[in-house]
Amino acid sequence: MLRVWQALVLVAVIALWHIGTSPTLLPPLYFDNADKAAFFFGEPLTVLSRIWNWFAGGEIYRHLWVTLVETLLAFVMGTVSGLLIGIWLALAPTASAISDPYIKALNAMPRLILAPIFFVWFGLGIASKVAIGVSLVFFIVFFNVYQGVREVSPVVLANARMLGATHRQLLRYVYLPSAMSWVFASLHNSVGLAFVGAVVGEYLGSSEGVGYLIHQAEGVFDINSVFAGIVVLTGFALVLDWCVTLAEKRLMIWQPRQGETERI
Amino acid sequence: MTAALALERVTCTFISRENRDQRYTAVRDATLVVAPGEFVSVVGPTGCGKTTLLNVAAGLLAPSAGSVRVHGELLEGINARAGYLFQSEALMPWRSAFDNIVAGLEFRGVPADVASAKGNDWLKRVGLAGFGNRFPHQLSGGMRKRVSLAQTLILDPKILLMDEPFSALDVQTRQLMENELLELWSADRKSVVFITHDLEEAISLSDRVVVLSAGPETHPIGEYAIDLPRPRDVSEIRLSPRFIEIHAEIWHAMKDEVLKGYAQQQQ
Ligand SMILES: Nc1ncnc2c1ncn2[C@@H]1O[C@H](COP(=O)(O)OP(=O)(O)OP(=O)(O)O)[C@@H](O)[C@H]1O
Ligand SMILES: [Mg+2]
Repeated sequence: MLRVWQALVLVAVIALWHIGTSPTLLPPLYFDNADKAAFFFGEPLTVLSRIWNWFAGGEIYRHLWVTLVETLLAFVMGTVSGLLIGIWLALAPTASAISDPYIKALNAMPRLILAPIFFVWFGLGIASKVAIGVSLVFFIVFFNVYQGVREVSPVVLANARMLGATHRQLLRYVYLPSAMSWVFASLHNSVGLAFVGAVVGEYLGSSEGVGYLIHQAEGVFDINSVFAGIVVLTGFALVLDWCVTLAEKRLMIWQPRQGETERI
Repeated sequence: MTAALALERVTCTFISRENRDQRYTAVRDATLVVAPGEFVSVVGPTGCGKTTLLNVAAGLLAPSAGSVRVHGELLEGINARAGYLFQSEALMPWRSAFDNIVAGLEFRGVPADVASAKGNDWLKRVGLAGFGNRFPHQLSGGMRKRVSLAQTLILDPKILLMDEPFSALDVQTRQLMENELLELWSADRKSVVFITHDLEEAISLSDRVVVLSAGPETHPIGEYAIDLPRPRDVSEIRLSPRFIEIHAEIWHAMKDEVLKGYAQQQQ
């Protein structure tokens, strides 16, 4: 029943959009020219056919692929660097004390503003988009890991030491798994930000990717293609999020969850 | 004969982290000697410093003064010959019961097939066969304690340090586990330091009971050899006249300390 209502909302919104922008269905209320509404807001049917053409013509796959690669690279590199540096700083109090103000400043800075610098350093190809994504993902993971390592239960730690764990083994068998649980907790966020980094980077300057597609359409006032790009991006983000949820379920089985009993 | 474990005139002073002038001497001049194969219980009012003493014996906490000897050798760092059963949750939550049990073997680089055979054996011995795949949060408190026990005993430590291991269990399970512990212990006679606040438990299990004073500056104020015959059944032995006699004697000595400790915590 819920699904039906959800579908109805979608249909209603699209219907409203269609009626409001179609030059023939409504008399022009606000705009003096009947075509103006369509110019500003696009038309759902045209948007749909645009999407259909992209997929049927095969034009979109290259762009999707580029965006996906950028997102994944940014995610993996941001996560790994955040994990390593987070663990290192959490276990090295002096280094952590020295770098504390700088990390706070870097985190407070709106990092999308670094995009022009990354374009200069890495060019207009994939690398600059990955760099933007990494700069976003790194801090999320870093702070989570830092917190996670510092909050490892001292008793669990003492127990592992009593069981004969060396320093290295503590790192591998206690600190890392504990930090990983915090990484997973921020998985949705960090994948989402990697995606944002990729798309915004493409939008600001590139020759490939869904963000580029939107930018290009915008340049020629093709509002229907802009909307089509947004819809594709949203679908893409949903698929990514769904994959993350699947991964999370597999990796986090050891964590207590509420209400694990079955209702009969 | 050299003692298996000897705490010699141990003093532990904690300094408050915020204010370095504020200090608290939890233990002062405490001497505790455990002979090889001896089962010693330590009882004392809550908060008196039992866990602190055990941490010193385990090498997790360096005493402010005094020394620890393990089989005659001065202890520095972790006491590798000791197994420690912690008072609070100590299992790694991201490892299943089985993986927790074999963790120590893994750390020592024991081959996986040997470790797995031993792990399964211990899983059975603590009555958890079939629960190996469960994660700690999926086990009851008593089951977790048993996993901890297996995790420690699988390494066959010569010295066993136990911090109120059964206090979370119901009376029946507790007596089962106590008998189980006595059986395991009598098989290879480890040296045991068993901490408890339950005097009956202390008497029924041990060769010797050490009573600590109330904190601060806790130190042993009495030692009582328990001459009850072995093998013992913990539920039956509590009814024997000699048990009641010993209990009355120790309780008489302890009562003042317990009241003192309670009064201090009320402040
Ligand atoms: N790290 C610490 N810093 C400061 N004070 C501490 C620290 N650890 C223990 N204490 C103090 O030392 C005293 C003894 O603590 P301990 O944990 O040894 O008590 P205990 O005898 O094990 O109590 P219980 O029976 O309740 O477990 C307590 O008053 C406690 O507040
Ligand atoms: Mg304690």
